[in-house]
Parts: sequence; C-alpha cells; structure tokens
Amino acid sequence: MSSGRPSTSEAARGPASAIPAIRMSGIEKTFGDTVALRGATFEVMPGEIHALVGENGAGKSTLMRVLGGLIKPDAGRVEVNGRDVTDWSTNDAISAAIGIVHQHFMLVPTLSVAENLVLGCEPKTRGIALDYKRAADDVRKLSSDTGLVIEPERLVSDLSVGEAQRVEILKVLFRGARILILDEPTAVLSPPEVRELWAVLRRLRDNGDTIVLITHRLDEVVELSDTITVMRAGRTVDRIKTLGTTPAEIARLMVGREVSLSAGKRVQPLSRQSETSPSQGLEVRNLGITGSHGVRVIDGVSFKVKPGEILGIAGVEGNGQTELIEALAGLRAVAGGEILIDGVDITRKPVTVRHDAGLSHIPEDRHRRGLILEYTVADNLILGLQKHFAKRGVIEDDRVMENALKEISSFDIRPANPLLAARALSGGNQQKIVVAREMGRSFSVLLASQPTRGVDVGAIEFIHQQLLDARARGKAILLVSAELNEVLALSDRIAVMYRGKFAVVMPAAEASEDVLGEYMIGTKKGNAA
Amino acid sequence: MSASVAGDAKPKFSGVPWRERAEEALFPPAVALLVALICGDLLILSYGQSPAAVYRLLLEGTWGNAYGFGQVLYKATTLAFTGLAVSFGLRAGLFNIGSESQLAAGGFAAALAGLALPVGTPLVLALPICMIAAGLAGGAVGSVPAYLKTRFGAHEVIVTIMLNFIVLALLNWFIAGHLHVPETLHTPEIHAGALPRLADMFERFHGSAANLALVVAVVVAGAVWFYLFRARGGYELRAVGLQPDAAEYGGIAVGRVWLRALTLSGVIAGIGGINYVLGYKHYYEDGFAGGAGFMGIAVALVGRNHPFGVLVAAFFFATLSQGGLAIHAFVPKQMMDVLQGVVIFAVAVSVPEVRRILRGARKRADA
Repeated sequence: MSSGRPSTSEAARGPASAIPAIRMSGIEKTFGDTVALRGATFEVMPGEIHALVGENGAGKSTLMRVLGGLIKPDAGRVEVNGRDVTDWSTNDAISAAIGIVHQHFMLVPTLSVAENLVLGCEPKTRGIALDYKRAADDVRKLSSDTGLVIEPERLVSDLSVGEAQRVEILKVLFRGARILILDEPTAVLSPPEVRELWAVLRRLRDNGDTIVLITHRLDEVVELSDTITVMRAGRTVDRIKTLGTTPAEIARLMVGREVSLSAGKRVQPLSRQSETSPSQGLEVRNLGITGSHGVRVIDGVSFKVKPGEILGIAGVEGNGQTELIEALAGLRAVAGGEILIDGVDITRKPVTVRHDAGLSHIPEDRHRRGLILEYTVADNLILGLQKHFAKRGVIEDDRVMENALKEISSFDIRPANPLLAARALSGGNQQKIVVAREMGRSFSVLLASQPTRGVDVGAIEFIHQQLLDARARGKAILLVSAELNEVLALSDRIAVMYRGKFAVVMPAAEASEDVLGEYMIGTKKGNAA
Repeated sequence: MSASVAGDAKPKFSGVPWRERAEEALFPPAVALLVALICGDLLILSYGQSPAAVYRLLLEGTWGNAYGFGQVLYKATTLAFTGLAVSFGLRAGLFNIGSESQLAAGGFAAALAGLALPVGTPLVLALPICMIAAGLAGGAVGSVPAYLKTRFGAHEVIVTIMLNFIVLALLNWFIAGHLHVPETLHTPEIHAGALPRLADMFERFHGSAANLALVVAVVVAGAVWFYLFRARGGYELRAVGLQPDAAEYGGIAVGRVWLRALTLSGVIAGIGGINYVLGYKHYYEDGFAGGAGFMGIAVALVGRNHPFGVLVAAFFFATLSQGGLAIHAFVPKQMMDVLQGVVIFAVAVSVPEVRRILRGARKRADA
C-alpha cells in the first residue's frame, strides 16, 4: 500500500512534491558528557507515514526535539519543505505546520475539549469575550473532516485515555499542522483504541499530511508505516521501505550485529556449590498486576528461578517487564498471585522484609531509584542496608567507610573516593555503585533490571562477569534487559514477555535473536510452561 | 555525611574540599547582604538621611550595647526554634508553614504546665516538664498535617496554613473565655519554670529579655544536627527529601518518615514557646508569636537548612528586627521589614547563581 498511494494529495504541495517534507542532515547534539546525536540524517517525503525506530536512548526523541525547535543542534542542517530552518524556535516550527503530539498529554483537565483546542488562538467576539460557539463549531468541523470524533463540549477530565489522545492530535491539527510527529502514541492505548488511531492516521495521510511515528513496537511499524528510519546510538543506521521488510529484520537493524556482546563467554552447566545451600530461589505463581489505567499489565505470570540459574526476560519494552520487577521488589502493589523467596511468601511484604528474606535488586533506573545522587558514594553503598550500619540508631561512620573502601576496590569504582557525591561520577561508575551494593551484600535472589543500561563497554563486561560469578555461587538471578544479546549471552533459560504474559519460556540453547524476535512481536505464541 | 577514617594507616579522603565548602556556605549570604546594604542605602537616602549615620545607629542599638545585644539574643532565640522547625521539615521535602501556630500552642502548653506545677518547684524539674508540654502541644499540631498527608495525600502547605487559623483562634477562645486575668488577654503568671535571664548573671544586660532558652535553642540545634547527619533516622529523612523513589527502593517507609518529620518539626517550634512564656513574661499572652513562626521560613531559607546556618540566620534577622527600633527616630522601622524582604529575595536568587559562578571559576582554575 505504500508505493501505490493515490496522488490526490493536496495540490498545494504541488511542485514541492519531490522536495522532502523534512530533511535533517549531520545532526549532532551533546548534553554534558553524553553524546545524544552523532551525525543523524533523517528524510521524510510529504504524504507518507514514516516510522522512526530505535532502542531507548538511541536519540529518537532528541532528533524530534531538534525538529520541533525545542533544542538547538550542535551541528547539522534542518530543512522543512526545502527551507533551511536550522536553529529555529518552537513558534517557527508551529507556524511552519509542524505539530508534535507528546507522549504525555498536555491538556487542561478542567476545560472543555473546544477550550483546550483554541487555547492560545481563541476566537473572540468583538475582541474581548471568547466566542464559545464558534470555537465549538470549528472543532466540530475539524473533527468530522478528520474522523477524530469527539464532543467539543465535554470536559477533558471526563475523557478516556484514547479520547484524550484524539484531542491531542486535534489540537495540533487545529493549529494548522501538516507534519505530525507522534511520540509513542500507543503506549497508553488499548488494542481497539490503537486500531482507531491507525484508521485516523491513514486518513490523514491520504489527505496529504505527513506523519512521523516514534515507536518501539515493531508490529505497529510494519502495519502502518510507508518508510522506516532506524536509529542506533545517536546515528541513523538505515532507511528502508516498509514493504517487503519484517519485524525481525528491523530488530536486527535496531540492535546491530556488531555489538554482539560477551559471545563465547558462556559458562557451561555449573559446579553447584549450592547443593548444600537451603536456598530454593525465586518462585512466582499466577502473578497479576493492575496498571494505572485499570489495565492488567501483568496477567497470570508463573515461573521459577532456581539457585545457580539465570532466567532472562526478553521482550519489547512496555510489555510489563518494569511492572513485574517492581512488584517482585515490593515497589508496586500486586492484584493477585504469590511471590516466594526461598519458600517464604513475601507477596505483600514491605521492601525491608524482602531484603531480609534474601532479595537483592538492581533497579532499571539508577537515577530515580538506585542512587541518591546528592549522597556520597559511601552513603549510597549502604542504601537499603542502613539498619545494618547503625548501632542504637546512630550510623557507624567507620563501618560505612570500611564498607565503601572494600566495595570501591572490588568493583573498581572510579574515582576511588568514597566521599564524592554520586552525582559527580560517570554513568558507568554510578551503575557500579548500585551493582556493588546489591551484589556485595548477602542475598539469594537477585533481580537485575537493565543492569548495563547506559554503561560503557568495559563496565558492561565487568557487570556481566559479576552476574555469572553470582550464578556460579548458587544465586538465583532474574535478568531483564532490552539488549537481546545480553539476555542471550547470560541466561540459562529465556522467557519472552508479550503484553503482560510470558509468550514462551525456552532453554537458552534453543534461542536465537530470530526465534525470540517472533515471540517478542507477538507473531508467534508458544507454551509458556 | 563526612566520615572520618580512624587510624593513621588508612588513606585519608576528603569529599568537597574544606575551602570550597566554606566558600559556598559564606559567599552567597555575603552577596545577599551586600545587595541588601545597597538597597538600604537607597532607602535611607530617599528619607534624606545619611546611610553611614543610620547604619552606625543600627549597630550601636544592636551589637553596640549590652541591652540591645540582649534583645537581639532574645529575638534570635525564638527565630532559631522556628527556623530549625521549618528547616527540619524541608530536609524531608516538606514545607511546614504551621510553625506560627505550633509556636503559640507550645507557649500555651508551657504556661499551663507552669501554672499546674506547685509554687517552688525547682527549675531542674519544672523546665523539662514545661518543655515536654510545649513540645507535645507543638507536635500535636504538627502531626495533623502529617497524618492528613500520609493518609489522604493532603498537601502539607495547605493544611498547615489553614491549621494556623484554627489553632490560633482556638487559643484565643481559651484565653478570652476561660483563662485570662481580667482586663487582659493573658494567663495568670506561672507558678514554676521561670527561666533565669542573662541579666541575672551579667548586670550589664539589665532589662533585656535574653534568657536560658537561648542555651536550649543551641542544644536543640546540636541535636538536630546530630539527628540529621549522624543518626540512621536522619539518613532516611534526608533520603526521602532528596529522592523519595530511591528512599522507597531502599526500604524506607516514606509515609512514616513524613509523619515523623512534620511531627518533630512541630515539636521544635512548640519548644520555642518557652522563650517568651518561661523566659520573658512568665505568662501566655494571646498573639505572642507575632509572626516569628512565619519568619522561621526566611530563617531556614537563609540558613540553608543547616542547623548551624539557621542559628546564624536567626541572629541576623533578630539584629534587623531590633535595629528597626534603634533607628526609628530617623527612618520608619518598617524599613527593616523591607530590608528583610530584600535579604530573603537576594538569598533565594544569589545562592544558585553565586554557586554557579564559583564553580565556573574553579573549573577555569583547574583547566
């Protein structure tokens, strides 16, 4: 369907039809020490649905923020409809008909739909009072033109998530946007709402609008887009026609062959010292979790992780992995089911009880959960263990310091100064603080969520080795990672999460990127035994 | 929390160098003071007076004579308590605007305790009893917003503000309707618990209200420092204030810490009531707090939420307040209110800005 699009598209674009709607070339952007974009190139033709895909942190959002005038690139050139607009402002972008539909709704809940839409460009009666009737009529007309059905008089606070998103799209269209950028539009939608959104987007495209879709759900990409641009580590690595490609191929491009990590480092079945240990590992029975919109984000998941085993969870992000780990760690309420550590039921127990039961947790977001950035390295190394470092309510500085020096040297945290604020360390060394703390204490079950996210290659290898060593010591490890290679390289068994369930659980020996990929995007369903 | 390494064999580490810390602690308030001085100059000039003369008068009226200095110390005492109370809440990420009513409730309870005790109760017994009463009353007021926040998610700023009206009106009703000495709005004089004044030890301070409560304030500041930076409870409290999600991850019950922080904040403000009631008038008088609770917010801000910084800031604001009286003959004393506003404003603006400049300069020096 992509190639044979009717050329009934608005003639207003007429002679410019050969000129790309968007052309960005050699875009570079650095934030502090992190390079977000390294010479990204992006070209979108008018009247197409263009998918921008890539792993988290690949630079998709940054690229779109440059386009929307929200941030200025360090280098590179941005053209819209053939006009050089590098360094333009948000207002310039809006007047040039670029509209960004943000992932998080930016609506005023106490105002009506129509009032939200006209905010900033209100029609007035004789210059003073707001002309509600005209506003409502304008909105109704736009609504029927685009198929985004919504009552202009309704209050935004009364709308469902899908309806609120419709209003967001209407809002940018109302301001005359002809180039729409949608950032993860389906993240909060139910399947029927997603189908409605697809219909609307196709209709807009057929009316001649240009649509850029940021997503990491590859099934959506294949279903909807005409062209795909793949980003990896701040670069645009490929631009392909959707027709004739497969989700597996896109996944390969996203992950990148050359980053194949820790290959050949695999430790073969173990000399289990744990035969004598009483540990029974982690057991989860029929776990259910309800998300913020009343949706079941985890639905009837059961599994066991035995001592001396790494169970890897693969899956496209947003399929329930975060919620699963948070529930196991005691940071999210459980709707049903049981969680057992070494045979002890901790389903509804607080974090500290889980710690005492032998649970250790490397959280996926070290800046939000794993570290208190203003605290020193030494103080961060006792977070969660503070009661063990206090005597009669007073923290024992000598022991805190002793512990810090020990962990700093055994995990090679640099700079080796326990009194520096954690904020002052690089991302990789910050992650090492978290890993050192969680693996340096006594534990029997480890939840390792994105343990190497945003960490440099050397630290990745080190952390992988730590995980394998812990496995050899008879620890039960649940590993969640967006990096398929990481899951493949470290796990004994691999489960694939898809829409809140385990699509399949298989021995790592039988798994490969291609096999897992099909389960990840839901084209294949297996028995999640 | 800076840990010192015991023993000589171990390597020594330092976090942020001592000099840098001193610079960052002192420069911003110094800049703020400078700005305030310049504004003060302009204000004084606008009244046709000589800034030099007025400032000299201000200094003579405050630090220049024993009575004035005693009054500064007396005023600083109450401000130290309310400043410590507000800063304690802020360390947990909570804004306690209720120290005004907590202070009043504490003073009221101290007076009740002082009235209930038999005449002649020795101070070593009476003072702790009155302090406990004051702390309990302040803590009770503080625990209401704490409970409403943890139980229902009610915002502590709204609740503490509203509670000020409720508590102050209740106290007014008590005094006006039940406990007052005829023709006044204060209780009878307490039977026990009156604190010795500075003037009792040093004759030169005669007439000033500075009293033993000052020592109590300094002790409380020390205790707050110890709790915040040495105790496990303080570790958890500051963690909640800095990053609640990380605190939750670390097994810290965030709600319980909020409850504790706001209640203790109320306790500290409540104990502050002894300065007026036990140390100065020896009775509770309606409206004695007189804005000292609200001024505690400014004291905490200028003192950078550090207990010892709060002591210095309390002394500074007390000087301005007392100085306003000293220069009253030349310029309206409200000028000091304006200056206080300027100082607060200048500190709020200059702290991040001056720090940024300092760090930039250091970076360039390193390069």
